[in-house]
Amino acid sequence: MSLFLIAALPFLGAVFPALLIRAGRNASSASAGATTFLALLGLLVNAPAVFRGEVVTARFDWLPGLGLNANFYLDGLGFLFAGLILGIGLLIILYARFYLSREDPMGQFYTYLLLFQGAMVGIVLSDNILLLLIFWELTSLSSFLLIGYWKHLPAGRQGARMALAVTGSGGLAMIAGMLILGNVVSSYDLTVILQNKELIQASPYYMPALILILLGAFTKSAQFPFHFWLPHAMAAPTPVSAYLHSATMVKAGLFLMARMWPVLAGTDAWFYIVATTGLITMVLGAVIALFKDDLKALLAFSTVSHLGLITMLLGFGTKIAAVVAVFHIINHATFKAALFMSAGIIDHETHTRDIKRLGGLRHLMPVTFVIATVAALSMAGIPPLNGFLSKEMMLEEAVHTTWLNSPYLVPGVVLIAALFSATYSFRFIAHVFLGPKRDDYPAKPHDPGVGMWLAPAILVTLVILIGLFSKAIVGPLVAVASGAVIGGGELPYYSLKIWHGFTPALYMSIVATVGAIVLLSVHGRFEQIWNAIPRPEAKVIFDAIIGGMTALSRKITEGLHNRSMARYSAIFVVFVVSLAGYAYYTGTDSVPTRIGIEPGIMPIIGWICLMGATICLVVFHHNRFVSLVLVGVVGLIISIGFNYLSAPDLALTQISVEVVTIILLLLALNFMPKETPWETTNERRFRDVIIAGISGLGVGGLIYALMMRDFAFPSISEFHLANSYKGGGGTNVVNVILVDFRGFDTFGEIIVLGIAALVIYALTEAVLGTRVRAHLLNRKPDMPQSGDAHPLMMVVVTRVMMPIALMVAAYIFFRGHNLPGGGFIAGLIAAIAFIMQYMASGFSWAAERQKVFYHGIIGSGVLIAAITGMGAWLNGKPFLTSAFGYIHWPPLEEFEWATAMGFDLGVFLAVVGAVMLALESLSRFAWQPGIASEHAMDINPARDDDEIDEKKEV
Amino acid sequence: MITYAIYFTFSCFGAALLMNLYKIATAKGVGDKVLALDTMVINAIALMILYGLSLGTEVFFEAAMIIAMLGFVSTVAYARFLLRGNIIE
Repeated sequence: MSLFLIAALPFLGAVFPALLIRAGRNASSASAGATTFLALLGLLVNAPAVFRGEVVTARFDWLPGLGLNANFYLDGLGFLFAGLILGIGLLIILYARFYLSREDPMGQFYTYLLLFQGAMVGIVLSDNILLLLIFWELTSLSSFLLIGYWKHLPAGRQGARMALAVTGSGGLAMIAGMLILGNVVSSYDLTVILQNKELIQASPYYMPALILILLGAFTKSAQFPFHFWLPHAMAAPTPVSAYLHSATMVKAGLFLMARMWPVLAGTDAWFYIVATTGLITMVLGAVIALFKDDLKALLAFSTVSHLGLITMLLGFGTKIAAVVAVFHIINHATFKAALFMSAGIIDHETHTRDIKRLGGLRHLMPVTFVIATVAALSMAGIPPLNGFLSKEMMLEEAVHTTWLNSPYLVPGVVLIAALFSATYSFRFIAHVFLGPKRDDYPAKPHDPGVGMWLAPAILVTLVILIGLFSKAIVGPLVAVASGAVIGGGELPYYSLKIWHGFTPALYMSIVATVGAIVLLSVHGRFEQIWNAIPRPEAKVIFDAIIGGMTALSRKITEGLHNRSMARYSAIFVVFVVSLAGYAYYTGTDSVPTRIGIEPGIMPIIGWICLMGATICLVVFHHNRFVSLVLVGVVGLIISIGFNYLSAPDLALTQISVEVVTIILLLLALNFMPKETPWETTNERRFRDVIIAGISGLGVGGLIYALMMRDFAFPSISEFHLANSYKGGGGTNVVNVILVDFRGFDTFGEIIVLGIAALVIYALTEAVLGTRVRAHLLNRKPDMPQSGDAHPLMMVVVTRVMMPIALMVAAYIFFRGHNLPGGGFIAGLIAAIAFIMQYMASGFSWAAERQKVFYHGIIGSGVLIAAITGMGAWLNGKPFLTSAFGYIHWPPLEEFEWATAMGFDLGVFLAVVGAVMLALESLSRFAWQPGIASEHAMDINPARDDDEIDEKKEV
Repeated sequence: MITYAIYFTFSCFGAALLMNLYKIATAKGVGDKVLALDTMVINAIALMILYGLSLGTEVFFEAAMIIAMLGFVSTVAYARFLLRGNIIE
């Protein structure tokens, strides 16, 4: 199966659980399971090739200009990780089906899970670091959804936010690091980068790139000091914890370190940063885990510790240590997933995860006891389980490692970590299952159904089998995966077996195990001492940092923009004016190349009107209604100006937009104070006058200077004029630009327009659903009202006007391609024709006669435009290429048809729908009981005339 | 002859526009201001037709027609607002 499909399957399949949940929880989980199974199958089909040592690739140039190619490749390392992700994913899906209760939205859960799974598979199969980064961010986002799945729990929400903040900021650092790396090698393809070790390590940018990439890996893999998010992410449902923290999310950081190992490892910097961080994380996690009473917290810190172990091994930088790291990744995934699931079973059955409230469960839950014990013993490193093998090999490596000339430091610290690791593993067994049976469990515990324990049982079977027959079962897998990590060359000698003879590692193991039993026996006293020592609480520190940053950004934001439009625009205008001033005084000025035209008397009158209205606006602006009247004057003069300056399309648009704007503002003004209060001091007004004056004169001067000179660059007008008829089939260049040259822009704009109208509708619905509605219903008009709501004259006039206006709209629409007009203007005219009916005959009267929903009109407009655009595909042309021709139907004259007409129809419908939906939504705020009148006209002579009634009856 | 006639009419309507503006600026009642604006719209229609006549082109006709057809809608909206507060009820 193609790698594209393997990576895409979880994303495609993510739709099904959410839909199939309506057919029941089994259908939902089965669809998730089937998707994962298919992807796993696809992966296994590629297994023979991978084990032969081949690299399977799939390449596709996505955005070659950016170096972003959708290239995937599958080598041993990718195969191992993809196998873990999909295999354990399948078990998790089975387990979650029985773990989640009826109240939990299961469809959502599986959808999130599959999204996450897809992102993880994408990371491990990417052959392009930019693509990898995209998937990396996707895991952060989808894990946020998974961790915060129980939205009702504050801990869940906070944990999710913390995980997102930590891994997300690490991801940002990694983006920078990867870009540096890509620049050094001048390719973003991993396969190319991995072959340029010398080039990268010799580059002066090696250190910054290394640190930034490691920040990404360390935050994701919960390495010290970023380890704190992982325990808080335990607020997630247990299947999520088992998945994210055993096989996937936290392993992504390890994967990245393993992936980059061939080019980044082997230097002192790598050794001291990575190995030391791993070492600290390992011992710190192990020590904290011992004192956690919450089962999942214990497992979380043990995960931190084991991740530290693997990081340390990768940090050693030797080939054999890399082999051990790969082996331990497999082993850790198997026993840790089983342990998390067992913890989930215990929580599910006893309703508590507090070790202090548990004990003696071995009689009550024998199956769980066996599963959990085997897994925990493997975690402790007891033979013959798989945890023992890799721990033994790790100890062996640690013994041979010198840190700053000290041969004892690493083995010593590792021994402490191993000791604590064994102790908390034993504690997990002893304090939960052993001991006397208690009678104060929060619920009566018993083993769950087979569905719940099957998944962990399969995993512990693997734990035992890998322990006993490691070479046969995982030998080849470890070989190909380590081969990929090492990056070509011979594998070092290693042997996956239980008995290596009497080695230092064996003695260390014995010391750790015996010491653990002793330590556990004095755990109670030890715990008292531990609790008495003050420790920094990560969450408090994190909250303080986040709080500080929030306060800082709020301070900056509010300093610049204190929700006062005046302040905001003052800052903006001063900034722009100073930039322009700087440009003016430092740049060079060219000599005017054009000569001004003598102004006629009429333009001067227009200018006086425009300036007069603007000055009046400044004088009268406290009276908002008068301001609107003056805005009307300005709009009128501008549309005459457009006509005078030979832009009839703009003039038509301006006129119709003007009317709609005035209606919109009057609707809003109904709910607002009619006077703007006097708030500013004289000094501030003086300051504002200066700012406004300078910016106005500046813009005027700039435009004058531009118009007195020729264009600095050749204008594109020539092209449009030359190609408008030839290419677009229309002589109205403005319309051809809208529907053809820049058709894609128009398409985007009508979608935005539709969305804006829908948002207005949604906001109206939301506001009217709150207590505001009661306030609106009881609102008293703030001005005296005349008695006649629907005057006869107005009703009659608007009804007569309606067909005429629609006729004009049709006329404007049809001529638009060749003469001023088009779908946008026609849409506005039609919308105004409808609005007139709302205004004259009343909202209820008009709404009753309006049978088609405006939502549908918007949608159909966008669809028609899209279908017209896609029609070009049938012609073998790109989206929105227009075609035109001529038809001759006698007795009509020959006329032209153009596909742009269909597109323009889409624009027309979208505009009508959007304008109407917006205005209708706003007018619903004013609805009050009793406002709807039975008749369109309040006073109707025909209705009140008895004679006419009698005639009708006859 | 027609040229002089057009110039004469231009100056008449131009003067009318300025008077409308004066009225908008100085009228006491809001209603008068709205009426002045409405008159201004009518004068604008006339100016557009005249401009078309003087240039001998039809291209301004549609703009004039649409102002004639829709210009009154704004006036109606202003009037409804003054009378009822709520323009769509």
